[in-house]
Amino acid sequence: MKDLSLHILDIVQNSISAGALEIKVSILEDQDRDQYSMEIIDNGRGIKAEDLDRVTDPFFTSRTTRKVGMGLPLLKQNAERTGGSLSISSTPGKGTSINVVFGWSNIDRPSMGDIGSTMALLISSNPAIRFIYNHTTASGSFKLDTNEVIEMLDGLSITSAPVYNFLKEMINENLREIQFS
Amino acid sequence: MSHVKSLADLRKLKEDLQGKMSLREKSNHPESMVQVKVAMATCGIASGAKQVMEFFINEFDKRNIQAVVTQTGCMGYCYAEPTIEVTVPGQEPIVFGYVDTKKADEIIEKYIKNGELVEGIIPVKYQSIEINKENK
Repeated sequence: MKDLSLHILDIVQNSISAGALEIKVSILEDQDRDQYSMEIIDNGRGIKAEDLDRVTDPFFTSRTTRKVGMGLPLLKQNAERTGGSLSISSTPGKGTSINVVFGWSNIDRPSMGDIGSTMALLISSNPAIRFIYNHTTASGSFKLDTNEVIEMLDGLSITSAPVYNFLKEMINENLREIQFS
Repeated sequence: MSHVKSLADLRKLKEDLQGKMSLREKSNHPESMVQVKVAMATCGIASGAKQVMEFFINEFDKRNIQAVVTQTGCMGYCYAEPTIEVTVPGQEPIVFGYVDTKKADEIIEKYIKNGELVEGIIPVKYQSIEINKENK
């Protein structure tokens, strides 16, 4: 994966496959503690206790189309390479929570990439799922909730190209404000 | 200071689009529209599926083609990512492999608009001549 936003797109697909109807993506850039944390919490069907230890094994997957599952192992490897870590907790029937920490200043930490288009793609192509995106830096925070977008659209489809492009630009513009101000 | 977009601006966008969009909403039956499913698992994303999906969303809008673009999981053709499944109304779904934005453009212009098959089809569903004979 070239950047962190692609990892998020990938990991969130697991939540969608698990039937989640609410997915929270939270980013915390904490330069004081030299940490760049990402948390993905869903209310999907969860992971069985016996499978939980194996989800970061690249040769374990619940899919039937292939025998490898690279999403979480790649993310874990990328995080550990920067002195960080990945932890997962899950309750079957309730949901899964993934927390991944990167070393903020580590040269191997991938950049965030185009998180605006990642979140806009997820929101506009999964209208039945509520996404809550939070991004916090030392300068401030930005929050986006699918429910607020739907309320603003007032009956108009969230899946259209103009709405997708608007969300993408809005997210990226707001992040620039809290990252470089 | 430049203006940063907020959700309030979305309301304005909504008003601008109201006329155009309401027409589309009336025909919002997926079976009557072109459906494109982009495989978005680790293999697809790492190969550029996101750019392909973004391309389809924007180009269908620009070219005024009624279509639904969605994500799907890995279809099992990791070697040929990005892969997409295209369903034209009334036709069997067709899976294309190695789709970049150039190929996506060709798929729109030739297959979706004109029904002309293009290179890169992955034969997902097929029957051999022998099986057909046995069934007869």
